[in-house]
Amino acid sequence: MATKPQALSITRRKARTGERVIINALFVCTVLSIAVTVGIVAVLLFDAVEFFQEVDLFGFLTGTVWAPGAGAGEGGQYGVLPLLNGTAMIAIGSLVVGLPLGVSTAIYLSEYASDRVRGYLKPTLEVLAGIPTVVVGYFALQFITPDLLRPIFGRDNVFIFNAAAGSIAVGLMIVPIIASISEDAMRAVPSSLREAAYGLGSTKRQVSLRVVVPAALSGITASVILGVSRAVGETMAVTIAAGNTPKITWNFFESIQTLTASIAQTVQGEAATGTVRYNALFALGMTLFLITLVMNIISGRIVRRYRQVYE
Amino acid sequence: MTEERTKVSQDEGRPETRIADVVRARGDADQGAPPTEVVFRLDDVHVYYGSFLALRGVNLDIHQNEITAFIGPSGCGKSTLIRCLNRMNDLIPGARVEGKIEYHDQDLYGDGVDPVEVRRRIGMVFQKPNPFPKSIYENIAYGPRVIGMKPGSMDELVEQSLRRAALWEEVKDKLKQNALALSGGQQQRLCIARAIAVSPDVILMDEPASALDPVSTGRIEDLMEQLKRDYTIVIVTHNMQQAARISDRTAFFNAEPAEGTGDRTGLLVEFDSTDTLFTHPTDRRTEDYITGRFG
Amino acid sequence: MTAAAGTAAPSALRRGATRTGVVVLVDVAFAGLLFVGTIVAVIALATLIWTILDAGWARLVSDPAAFLANYVSRIPANAGIKAGLVGSAYLMVLTALLCFPVGVGAAVYLEEFAPRNRLTNFVESNISNLAGVPSVVYGLLGLGIFARFLRMGPSLLAGALTLAVMSLPVIIVAGREAIRAVPEEIRLGAYALGATKWQAVRSQVLPAALPGTLTGTILALSRAIGETAPLLVIGLPIVIFTLPNDLRDPVSALPLLIFNWTSRPQPAFAEAAAAASIVLLALLLAMNAVAIFIRNRYTIRW
Repeated sequence: MATKPQALSITRRKARTGERVIINALFVCTVLSIAVTVGIVAVLLFDAVEFFQEVDLFGFLTGTVWAPGAGAGEGGQYGVLPLLNGTAMIAIGSLVVGLPLGVSTAIYLSEYASDRVRGYLKPTLEVLAGIPTVVVGYFALQFITPDLLRPIFGRDNVFIFNAAAGSIAVGLMIVPIIASISEDAMRAVPSSLREAAYGLGSTKRQVSLRVVVPAALSGITASVILGVSRAVGETMAVTIAAGNTPKITWNFFESIQTLTASIAQTVQGEAATGTVRYNALFALGMTLFLITLVMNIISGRIVRRYRQVYE
Repeated sequence: MTEERTKVSQDEGRPETRIADVVRARGDADQGAPPTEVVFRLDDVHVYYGSFLALRGVNLDIHQNEITAFIGPSGCGKSTLIRCLNRMNDLIPGARVEGKIEYHDQDLYGDGVDPVEVRRRIGMVFQKPNPFPKSIYENIAYGPRVIGMKPGSMDELVEQSLRRAALWEEVKDKLKQNALALSGGQQQRLCIARAIAVSPDVILMDEPASALDPVSTGRIEDLMEQLKRDYTIVIVTHNMQQAARISDRTAFFNAEPAEGTGDRTGLLVEFDSTDTLFTHPTDRRTEDYITGRFG
Repeated sequence: MTAAAGTAAPSALRRGATRTGVVVLVDVAFAGLLFVGTIVAVIALATLIWTILDAGWARLVSDPAAFLANYVSRIPANAGIKAGLVGSAYLMVLTALLCFPVGVGAAVYLEEFAPRNRLTNFVESNISNLAGVPSVVYGLLGLGIFARFLRMGPSLLAGALTLAVMSLPVIIVAGREAIRAVPEEIRLGAYALGATKWQAVRSQVLPAALPGTLTGTILALSRAIGETAPLLVIGLPIVIFTLPNDLRDPVSALPLLIFNWTSRPQPAFAEAAAAASIVLLALLLAMNAVAIFIRNRYTIRW
């Protein structure tokens, strides 16, 4: 018995308007995500421009004193160099801590560790990555400075708030980023390369340092740039541990102020809309945004390039 | 019926004799049957992917309640062609069909034709079984629900579909179980039951048994013989003996380098009743393929 | 050259046969160095947790009910986290309601419906750049637009919108990965039955992608809850003695309390900060455990 459907017509029977509506709603959701970018750029630009009507751009970029005026902020000095100095110190310091730890963890996980050890280590790194920055800041202030830095380097040399403690804190925070991205890059190196080296009688050390790391170098570089970007954008740990004194120095045991900490400090006071003090926030925010954006784009380009090499 | 099937193995004598035996062993049941209605009519069909010509100059008819097989070496366009019959090829970016494909005298690619409606009439079973990660019941019930069928009883529809796919006895006590827990052969029969549940006119099968073991393959072949009473079946297979065993008509495709580019384009070499194609092929290339000289 | 079982390897194959002692030492030292480098991070984490527990545990268990039920106070012994804990809870729920639907919607659109063209690529790189923007910049967005321009003030709504906007890119990325993990054959199977694209997505792809998306969302929210900077910048209060009744009411948050108490010189406030940190860490641990549970239990193994 042949089953013949009622109509064999294949033209559209009914308009599917309900579906069109849903798909449009999904499109709107996507557009909202762009709206966010537009919003960030707009708000930063708008108020930063207002700021630069009061304070000239050249003075901002080259001034060596950051001392906002009292009240609404007029009459203060708005040179960003001390803040850039502070941010740079934290970036460099956290790299000094995070790079060796992150890369050695990555090499260890990729080349040396058994699956069992990896099963414990990787979650541990994720826990470290998940610690809120304010808690890490507490740790820096209550442990790193009094129980680590001061005993080692002398109580008189190390300020209560100092860049070193901030660097160590942020360095610990970026270890998971550097470790996991570098490890991914190392694992992506084809085993045929390793086997060729082992076949020639190389030791694990030689294979790791001479074959794997160079092959994964772009991925490692990308992870480092991302780590530094994170360090630059870090606010709470440095505010708590590194202090709020903008100055130009390279003594890591002194207190400093970063771009981010300056923003945090300003908002805790009274900052009425439209004042120089308020608009300064957005000038700093714009600086921060540009620095991290450039680093993220560069890092992304490198990641895309190294993925293509092995596909 | 199964006893008459000759086990064709390559190391006993010449292959074409074996297949001829197979074809004769199917009996004369199909001889003298009245000519059936044409379901698909393909007229000078060319299929392009972007600028690459994948298949050229195909002319053939698919008849109602018959099994039509597409055979040929890999890369000759058989899967491409079968995907054109239910417009699944539309999903591949850059895919383009020239020429005419008529389905019950309607232009399959005409204006106003909705691919979704096409697929409700013309179902497909894939090479690798792809049941949904849901219960067996939900797998069958999904199709009727999305196309807006309102059966008197969904339970009955599910049972009927599973019976027709020769799977009911094995799963009737575990309809709520996840379909992924079934064996490969059972999953494929589930996919067939799923396709049947929407009461299609045609069932397309793209190498339905190539991922299965020989026992499951045999069961699927038995199933297809029963299914053709109610549905029109088109099957792509790289297994010649399978085509010889079960199909009524066979189309042999080959891939040949195109002039100038050197890219291989598929083309239809010969299309005839299965008996004729396997015992007295007209084209030299067909004979070479069937006797195993290439492919 | 086969050695009989039990005999020692010939000297030519022993370690150090061709490599000199120094080189072997370097290999061992290198492996040791790597291990140390790895362990330092683990030890640092352990030390951090130990420091928090050591400082805050006593404070927490001495009178947990009071600690949870009190508002802030100038007197450390009386300070409690009620406003912050409840505030963080409200913020989390509202943030989730705001960013989950939008994030999943965008993920579905980008993966299933968006045409493959330059505009789509631009949107995608835009979203991954957004994921790298510092949280304090999101705070400035919240301050400039939500709190000031739209006049929401330092309210629950402004805070939740800011956190939602910050979490959106992460949720979109997680959703897309989960959707991409659904094999193409499932979609093809649905289309072959005569389902439209939306029908296939709604009833086959999305349910299969849900566990992965939920996991990613919960992880994103747990990060958001630990964030201080955005809330600080939009001006959410630390000293507040009421709970919010309305979206426009001001609300506090647990990380803000921790920040404030950490900044105070009195050691008793440091204890309170540590105790509050324990509560925050416990909250995060619970959320992460839920996320991992969902991932392990409900992810489909194709």
